[in-house]
Amino acid sequence: MRVLLPVIIGLLYAAGIYLILRRNMVKVIFGLVILGHAANLMIFTVGRLTKGAPAFVPEGTTNIAEPFADPLPQALILTAIVIGFGIQAFTIALFKKTCQTLKTEDLDEMRNTDQLEKESL
Amino acid sequence: MNRIIILPVLVPFATALIMLLFPRRIAAHRLLGVLSTLLLSVVSAILLNSVLSGGILSLQAGGWAAPFGITMVVDTLSCIMLTMSSLIGLTTAIYSIGSVDEKQEHNFYHPLIQLLLMGINGAFLTGDIFNLYVWFEVMLISSFVLLVLEGKPEQFEGAIKYVTLNLLSSAIFLAAVGILYGMAGTLNMADLAMRLPLLEHRELLSVVAVLFLITFGIKAAVFPLFFWLPASYHTPHIAVSAIFAGLLTKVGVYAIIRFFTTIFTLESTPLIHQILLWVSAFTMATGVLGAVAQYDLRKLLSFHIISQIGYMIFAVAIQSPLAIAGGLLYIVHNIVAKTNLFYLSGIIRLISGSWNLRQIGGLYATYPLFGLLFLVPALALAGIPPLSGFWAKLTVIRAGLEAQEWLAVGVALLVSMLTLYSMIKIWNEAFLKDDPRGEDTGNRGQEYHALSSGKKIALIAPVVILGMLTILSGIWFEPLFVLADRASLELLDASIYSKAVTGGMP
Repeated sequence: MRVLLPVIIGLLYAAGIYLILRRNMVKVIFGLVILGHAANLMIFTVGRLTKGAPAFVPEGTTNIAEPFADPLPQALILTAIVIGFGIQAFTIALFKKTCQTLKTEDLDEMRNTDQLEKESL
Repeated sequence: MNRIIILPVLVPFATALIMLLFPRRIAAHRLLGVLSTLLLSVVSAILLNSVLSGGILSLQAGGWAAPFGITMVVDTLSCIMLTMSSLIGLTTAIYSIGSVDEKQEHNFYHPLIQLLLMGINGAFLTGDIFNLYVWFEVMLISSFVLLVLEGKPEQFEGAIKYVTLNLLSSAIFLAAVGILYGMAGTLNMADLAMRLPLLEHRELLSVVAVLFLITFGIKAAVFPLFFWLPASYHTPHIAVSAIFAGLLTKVGVYAIIRFFTTIFTLESTPLIHQILLWVSAFTMATGVLGAVAQYDLRKLLSFHIISQIGYMIFAVAIQSPLAIAGGLLYIVHNIVAKTNLFYLSGIIRLISGSWNLRQIGGLYATYPLFGLLFLVPALALAGIPPLSGFWAKLTVIRAGLEAQEWLAVGVALLVSMLTLYSMIKIWNEAFLKDDPRGEDTGNRGQEYHALSSGKKIALIAPVVILGMLTILSGIWFEPLFVLADRASLELLDASIYSKAVTGGMP
């Protein structure tokens, strides 16, 4: 796991960055989702990867035996996943609506708000 | 007594919930919006008073002692920012009554503004980095919805850019939080400030600091990460643009100040402060050059936001007590003047029928008093004495001279001239020159005159309030400076902050 997870995280980052650079809106969404997962997995590895050593204090003692997995990063990830889920749901709805309104899913065609003389009344 | 700290978050949250319980009572929404922001102003005044008399306040959520639980901290900086957010919340609530149409109000405009304020206040209050991430998301999701509330094509286009870049920034933030926790084993800001200097493995410290800089740089719209701002800020309704312009980017600046004074000090990450210096010079210059080219009022003002952010970052880069105090003064001045200019441009649009400066003209002949109202924030932004902008700029530039950063100071002065130029451009085009449509004014001003007198007052009152504040804070500048000075001393001496939160033990 110690070797595998960093490789997976690296691949996820690479894939995510590749996808958000694409012109197609759907691919951009996938890119953002994957980047979020990569960040979550990274926090997960920070909490130390120990197998079968939950962070419980055994009965009768006051200290926990090393090594143990830090539970805090896992709590952080849970929060991040929930927030990410909500934001991603909104983003997908927004992208769908944009696609319907502008009749295109090519990001290169969405230049109107950047142009100098494109002023609405 | 310390429980009052949570009120700036709870008040807008409770107000939003009550509004959502009665989704069709628009009149009640308006009233509740004003009442809630009034209450917020009172709460932040009380907080300011007790921090000034009794020092930093902190609240440990759920009774878990710091650094294990989530901590809410109010120091002088938080107080200043909370006061500004309540002030802008209040004026926006009033301005919205006059300018926002009923369709948007039925689409939950008022609850969304409250939730936005909740996110902003939460970000100012929290003493925990992961909690800061959560508040950023609360703020972002409300701003996403507000941005596309009218459902116009250009709003969707702007929103795509805004949403994508901000989500990217959130992903970077999460990664930075992960690495920092792996290094320090804590995410409590006060605890971090004590532990980072003692760290054994500090190889990744600069990496983490740069990741945080990128995250907050995207939120604060600094060079070269600002492209989402001019692409999106002119698209929503003008009241929404105004609250975004006043508060959202400043939350990013607040985070930069908090992180790169208290947590990552000049000694631990000298590289960052070098980067900040260059970034600030480029931000000032590119922002104002963008503004000079624009003829759309809202786009011109949007580019100015970027340019002004540069001055605040410049202050953080220098890091002397005088510079930080100047940066804080600049934030206060800028929030008031910038929001005011957005309100004013909304009114210009109503009386002239256009955002485009080429199609507006002769407003001074018809509305001379309105012209004066416009001049106050415009000249303050350019830094004309005795208005608030002059003192803020003077402090920042003097700190730059003391630090012998000649190049950046030169850029700041030049940018100041160009700011004046673009403000004069608005004045010449919109107010002085003859109306390009000649005598045939058509239905010009119809939209404004069709409004009831109550709505007109709701439009003008916020402009008058903010204009008065700009003048008053220019004339009675000293108390403001004392406040900012105190805040900067607290920021630069991390032990004060840490002692108040954790008791000073690393």
